[in-house]
Amino acid sequence: MTTPVPQNRVAQWIEYRLPVFSWTNKHLIDYPAPRNLNYWWNFGSLAGFMLVLQIVTGVVLAMHYTPHADHAFDSVEHIMRDVEWGWLMRYLHANGASMFFAVVYIHLFRGLYYGSYKSPREILWWMGVIILLLMMASAFMGYVLPWGQMSFWAATVITNMTSAIPWIGETVVTWLWGGFSVDHPTLVRFYALHYLLPFVIFAVVFIHLWALHHRKSNNPLGIDIKSDKDTIPFHPYYTVKDMFGLGVMMFILLLFTFYMPNVLGEVINYEKANPLQTPAHIVPEWYFLPFYAILRAIPDKLGGVVAMAASILILFILPWLDTSRVRSARFRPIYKWAFWVFVVDCIALGWVGANTPEGNFIWIGQVTTGYYFAHFLIVVPLIGKFERPTKVPESIHQAVLKGGEGAGEAAAAGAAGAAAAPASGEQS
Amino acid sequence: MADAAPPSESLSEDGGKRRDFLVLAAGAMGGMATVAVVWPLIETMNPSADVLALASTEVDLSAIEEGQTIVVKWRGRPVFVRHRTADEIAAAQAASLDELSDPQPDSERAPQAQWLIVEGVCTHLGCVPLGSKLGDPRGEFGGWFCPCHGSHYDTSGRIRKGPAPANLPVPTYEFLDDTLVRIG
Repeated sequence: MTTPVPQNRVAQWIEYRLPVFSWTNKHLIDYPAPRNLNYWWNFGSLAGFMLVLQIVTGVVLAMHYTPHADHAFDSVEHIMRDVEWGWLMRYLHANGASMFFAVVYIHLFRGLYYGSYKSPREILWWMGVIILLLMMASAFMGYVLPWGQMSFWAATVITNMTSAIPWIGETVVTWLWGGFSVDHPTLVRFYALHYLLPFVIFAVVFIHLWALHHRKSNNPLGIDIKSDKDTIPFHPYYTVKDMFGLGVMMFILLLFTFYMPNVLGEVINYEKANPLQTPAHIVPEWYFLPFYAILRAIPDKLGGVVAMAASILILFILPWLDTSRVRSARFRPIYKWAFWVFVVDCIALGWVGANTPEGNFIWIGQVTTGYYFAHFLIVVPLIGKFERPTKVPESIHQAVLKGGEGAGEAAAAGAAGAAAAPASGEQS
Repeated sequence: MADAAPPSESLSEDGGKRRDFLVLAAGAMGGMATVAVVWPLIETMNPSADVLALASTEVDLSAIEEGQTIVVKWRGRPVFVRHRTADEIAAAQAASLDELSDPQPDSERAPQAQWLIVEGVCTHLGCVPLGSKLGDPRGEFGGWFCPCHGSHYDTSGRIRKGPAPANLPVPTYEFLDDTLVRIG
């Protein structure tokens, strides 16, 4: 294949001091990836792209934004009306947050379906959960910055959750606010942290990728890479595939940015923050709705906050809750169904979270919250014990090159893999 | 350090103990220094002196008619001042302490029965409950109703139904004369 280090003398001078060329080759060009990755494997790189896009648009916005309780709201309007292309940067950043969560959620469910959290990828999985938590904190604090009505009351409700901590709760919440309510000091610290956290995310993404490249990608069959015949080089096969996915994602993101930039937002956030009046309906952004539903399902302040935190933290112990040794749901006839029931449950929670907790929404919220936890604590452990998995193929190349079992879902990857066969044969 | 290599006999006996002590002592000092640095960093986030200084607000009660509630701003958050009607006072005083989740007699919360002064911040997650304006929903107990997560407060500002854990807090206040009150 390609030579890791060019014969150019300047390049060699650099390589001797900092091995950028061999490193790039090892991790981006000749990097051996399973030959059967399907399109669900696009979402990691898409999430990485979204992080970069959020940082770039965010830095530009920060140059025009004023972090002050009296001026923040007006400075956002200044960005929208007076700053050249300011509207584009703000709409890209706001809709970009939604796109980022969308691809990360799909990435997460991909991991759940194909068992990507199982040994030896537990730490890789933990880093992903930490990234999700950091993303939530960043998104929440960013949402506060325009200082509209929803910004203010979201900040009030979320920070008040810490007041549920027994004994020290009130002290902690005053400390978070830097005052006796959400006010100017709160806004400025949120701004500082909102600028910081994406770079922390970047660092954790690096560890996430370090763990990934150490043990290599999982794949739709969920079996280990056993020989060179099971892999194809990352470039050009997956760089091209990722670029195609990027095109599709950008089409969707720009569709929102250009044609319906406010459809995911709340109109009332275009009204300036008023500490004396709570809007009639407080609703978080769509990507927090399922968690909001869990918070409200428990009719107790501390209990609701604990349940909401637990709903994410439970992902940390999932590798040990899942007792099945087979990774991919493709060979797990019962888990496959449980997975889709869980997906429906999460969507139902989001639907409940979007509605006022009255009438039927109360019991639907409680049932779906109950099932959310039952999935992890009862369904998944028991299925692993009683399910009889179907036959798992011997190796990736046998399954894929014969065009047998795996052909359906991995058709595109399989085709690419077949075409690559001679090339990787040379490698071995 | 490594090149100091003392004779082997003394290293295992006295030298080992001396080094252990130095490691412990240095570690303890390092730990204390870390705490000394982290402490002020955390403390900077507490309310600053100018925020703490905005402590009190005076309210003129003469213009508030019976049955009316006004909302004043104190420490950046709303305070409800309600001129209660005879019915509201009766309802608040009649409630038995057994049916309250945060039991507190009305006489303790409103020493001057016609004036109820409470912080207008729901003890659940901090929304401002409705019920101060004419036409607002006042919940099942005639006081306030929080639209965020459905907490009902009675005419003494006590929690009666919903997820909030406590009554609307009564701020410290004093009557300067019959119609002037200082909150804070």
